[in-house]
Parts: sequence; C-alpha cells; structure tokens
Amino acid sequence: MTLALFAAFAALLVGCSLMVILHRNPVASALFLVLAFCSLAGLYLLLHAEFVAMVQVIVYAGAIMVLFLFVIMYLNLRHDVEQGIAVAVRRGAGWILGILLLAETVAFFKGRWAEGPVSAPDLAPVAGNTQAIGQVLYTRYLFPFEITSVLLLVAMVGAVVIAKGRGPGLHPAAPAADAAADAKAAAPDHAGGEA
Amino acid sequence: MMHDIPLAWMLALSATVFVIGVVGVLVRRNALVIFMSIELMLNAGNLAFVAFSRALGSLDGQVFVFFVMTVAAAEVAVGLAIIVNVFRLKETIYVDEINLLKG
Repeated sequence: MTLALFAAFAALLVGCSLMVILHRNPVASALFLVLAFCSLAGLYLLLHAEFVAMVQVIVYAGAIMVLFLFVIMYLNLRHDVEQGIAVAVRRGAGWILGILLLAETVAFFKGRWAEGPVSAPDLAPVAGNTQAIGQVLYTRYLFPFEITSVLLLVAMVGAVVIAKGRGPGLHPAAPAADAAADAKAAAPDHAGGEA
Repeated sequence: MMHDIPLAWMLALSATVFVIGVVGVLVRRNALVIFMSIELMLNAGNLAFVAFSRALGSLDGQVFVFFVMTVAAAEVAVGLAIIVNVFRLKETIYVDEINLLKG
C-alpha cells in the first residue's frame, strides 16, 4: 500500500515537474507546479512528516504560487516563443547536461551508498509530529528561527522598494533629479573620453 | 509494517526532480519559468532533508525544511519584484534579451 502510494505520488511529481519546464504557457506551468507541490506534500505524509506536509500545501501551493500567478497575470504574458538557432543549441546543451547529471546520480546509487529502508524509529513519542517539531524549533533552533524573521523582514522591505520602481507616475520629482544627476555624472566622462 | 520505502528511492526521486529543475533553468528563457525551476530544485532538497530525517530518526531535517521554505519565500518575493521591474523597463522577461550589464 505504501509502495503503491509512493509510486503514484512519485510519478505525479516527476510528470508535473516535467510539464512545468516543458509547457509553453507560464500559467499552465504554474498550475502544474501547484500539483507537483501537492504530490510532494503526499510524499511528506508518507514519510510521517505531517506538519511539513501541511506547511508545504499552505505556504508553497498556497502563498508562493499565488504570488507567481499574480505576477504572471499582471505581466499579461502570452505563450513563449522559443525559436532560433541559439535557443535550439542551448536547449540541446541543457538536456545533455541534465542527462549527464542524472547519469552521475544513477552511478552514485549503483554504488549503494544509501542502503536500507526509510525506517521508523519512533520519531514523535509526544502528541504528534507538530509538537515534536515545535519543541525542537523553539529550543535548539531558536536563534536561527529568530534570524529567519529578520530575513523575511528584509525580503519584504526589499521587494517593496524594488517593485515601487522609479516610474514617472509614482514620484513626479524623482526622474528630473535623476536625469540631472546623470547629466552631471556623464559630462566629465565624455569630456575625458574625447580629450 | 508500512514503512518499507527504501531510502535510496526517495533520494533517487529527489535527484530526478532536482535534475528536472536544473534542465528547466538551462533550457527555458522565460524568467518566471526559471524561477519555478529553482523552486523545484529547492523542493527536491527539501524532499531529501525529510527522507534523511526519517531515516536517521531525527527531527532536525524537518526543521531545516522550514528554513529552506523561508529562504524560498524571500527569494520569490525579491525575485518577482525584480522581474516586474525589468518588465517595466524592457517590456520582456526573456533572460537572453535582458543584457543591461553588457558594456
């Protein structure tokens, strides 16, 4: 039963991942990625990581993919145009390199360095996986956890600052000031270059 | 018992998904799809973390998954902001047409 579920989730995961990189329409790619994340959550459940599975669905399939879809809709993209000799060459090189990497991985597994089953020494003797993770997260990993909040704050501020941009509609005064500064900076350069 | 998935299979699955992500980054030129491929790679790493956490009977791997998710969320937020900005500037998100740093 577990093996059948594993096979089903694994096939779904690999198929959806392939569709993510093969589909021409970014919206379809994003939706296939959501499906891939959901099958990944199923695999986490098989590994008895219930809390990680739920967080996977909520954070990845929920929040992050909504962000992706929002940006795709905002940019109003059409199907990708992938033509031309350069694109074909790069695609061939990419597939060859990927297959080489996969062959390397297979060679590793041929060396049998990950033997044994995903065993089940009793992980969570307390009331469930969530409580056990909470205890580890808030004792041994308390400091990294707090640093994580700072990281998220920095990312949030950075995203706002970057996405705000310097468009003319947002800051009426900014482009003029920038242009003046650019001109001032460029003038000595040009003089030096021509002299 | 139910717990008879070989660890090597989980790692092989994780490696396969990672390779698919690498190929996606190398092959596609749409910046958004490249970002999705990066997400695939991060998730392949997460799968390996959880599998090892299960195999070693330790919860540390699952805690690391949270840190990876945090980094992924931060990366997506900043990266998508950059993509939106680049699209405003260049009217394209094909990475081979964005050569602002070329002299």
